Amino acid sequence: MRNIIMAWRNLWRKPWRTIITGGSVFFGVLLSAFMTSMQFGSYEAMIDNVVKFYSGYMQIFTEEYHENKTINNTFEMNDSIRRIVENEKEVTHFTPRLEYFALTSSDKITKGAMIIGVDPASENLVTNLEKWVDEGSYLSAGDDGVLVAIDLAKYLKIGIGDTLVLYGQGYHGVMAAGLYPVKGILKFPSPELNKQFVYMELNTCQEFFSAPNRLTSLVMMVEDHYHLTAAMRHLKMEIKSPYMVMSWSELQPELVSMIEADRAGGLVMKTILYMIITFGIFGTILMMISERKRELGVMIAIGMQRIRLGSVLFLETLMMGILGVLAGIVASIPLAYYFFINPIPLTGDAAKTMIDMGIEPYMYFSMHPDVFYVQAIIVFIITLIIALFPIYKSFTLRLTKALRA
Amino acid sequence: MNVIEIKDLVKIYNSSEVQVKAVNGITINFEEGEFTAVVGPSGSGKTTFLNMLGGLDRPTSGSVKIGGTNVWDLSSRKLIDFRMNNIGFVFQSYNLIPVLTAGENVEFIMHLQGKPKKEREQRTRELLESVGIGDRIKSRPAKLSGGQQQRVAVARALASKPEFILADEPTANLDSTATSGLLELMAEMNRKFKTTFIFATHDQRVMDKARRIVTIEDGKILKDERFER
Repeated sequence: MRNIIMAWRNLWRKPWRTIITGGSVFFGVLLSAFMTSMQFGSYEAMIDNVVKFYSGYMQIFTEEYHENKTINNTFEMNDSIRRIVENEKEVTHFTPRLEYFALTSSDKITKGAMIIGVDPASENLVTNLEKWVDEGSYLSAGDDGVLVAIDLAKYLKIGIGDTLVLYGQGYHGVMAAGLYPVKGILKFPSPELNKQFVYMELNTCQEFFSAPNRLTSLVMMVEDHYHLTAAMRHLKMEIKSPYMVMSWSELQPELVSMIEADRAGGLVMKTILYMIITFGIFGTILMMISERKRELGVMIAIGMQRIRLGSVLFLETLMMGILGVLAGIVASIPLAYYFFINPIPLTGDAAKTMIDMGIEPYMYFSMHPDVFYVQAIIVFIITLIIALFPIYKSFTLRLTKALRA
Repeated sequence: MNVIEIKDLVKIYNSSEVQVKAVNGITINFEEGEFTAVVGPSGSGKTTFLNMLGGLDRPTSGSVKIGGTNVWDLSSRKLIDFRMNNIGFVFQSYNLIPVLTAGENVEFIMHLQGKPKKEREQRTRELLESVGIGDRIKSRPAKLSGGQQQRVAVARALASKPEFILADEPTANLDSTATSGLLELMAEMNRKFKTTFIFATHDQRVMDKARRIVTIEDGKILKDERFER
């Protein structure tokens, strides 16, 4: 107790020094938490973009479909798979799909497109597809109309009420052909999606490809990507050959690489920040020991064991660190929350790049607890390591030299 | 009865080019209750001698026995405990712990000794009253004058009930009034508690009070005189 009281009083014998050192810890935590919140926010936006537009967080399909994405490698939904998915508590929604390429034609123009058969109600829960209907109306159960992506519609020069000709290869080489009225025009934020997607009601699509009851995939959602690991662990144990389950990160390795590259850049920035904090605290500790050399010598001379002296100095540094870390956390939460609620709008090239990627042009922030406590723990560990230095000094202090200091 | 027995004490400092013999074969004993001044010009080796005597600086050779224990045979940890229980220190610059009050400075050493709270508080009060600043028990060192701080330092040195007190130039930073007051106080403590006092000093007023004066020059004892006072 006496050690703690001494350490606390020592802390305030030079208040400005303590405030400045605590301040460097405070700003370290604040800036690193702010940076991390921004980083995590943009990753969440990117992942959401991929996951919520199309792929979902996880998909179940056959191993053969994974190897060779043809309509012949589709599967029939069975009770066993349905039960596994329905019983998985992390899965919030799921939807069946049948998707394959076919040629789309209007009067004189033909273009290849991705035909996606969906259950309108459950698809809407997973990808919120209805939100992207720019003209016309959304699909309903048993609908025989189609939704065409805007750029494809423009290319084919078709609009609402026009007929779209679909022509391709169906299940086991059967010829697939049909005429479908355009029920709606879809406008996605992503130009890539706008060029090639045609949505149909699932039964209509199965009929078109002569693949009744067959699916290419079962798309699943979880609350957010922080719940994905647990869901994947459970499902990988349950889903057995010939089926398999894959997460968005396995389905979209290029997005994972992009995030990893960005994360590495962020790590460099944060390392620089942590180094500044480290030298800031270390400099103060060096100065503090140098100023108090004689006092420390006197304490050992009159009978204080070096380990006890070291622990008082350790406590001083630790208290300074704790004060800075707590203040940093307290300040960073409302700051990040403000930008979480009010994302920073981007302009110019940055905005254009994001629009091209299909993401709304905003700088998003995350409020995930990891953002805050991980930064606090890192800065606290830095402080702990620096706090070992005074212990080392208390053991190596030369008494006669210290008393003459 | 000898409290301290010193035999053939030598301290050699090795600088880059030359060897300096700061203490050159001193043999001397100190008895219980002595009031001794170790005097000599600057660089004569008196502070080095006192440091070795107090277990602060390891001699190159020779022995320092305090109450029969050769202090330089003790481990570093045991030596710190030995100093705490047997030797009191009064330094030239008072060297009180600035964040502790006068009372806490005196109590500090008893706290290290593991004395019970009640005993610590009672002895602290008694000691501060006996050095004449009982009313400043709650003052921090920065609020005390030089003379008052040195009185607290004397009380702190006495707190552990040591065999002897080493005082290195204790009056060097004090004015004449504070010096005579402090000397009276230390003489009274010496009489009252039979504590042995050994001073390293240049100060004639200290020498005038001392009952034994040991003169050191070039690391050797030049004179060892006793006086009836």
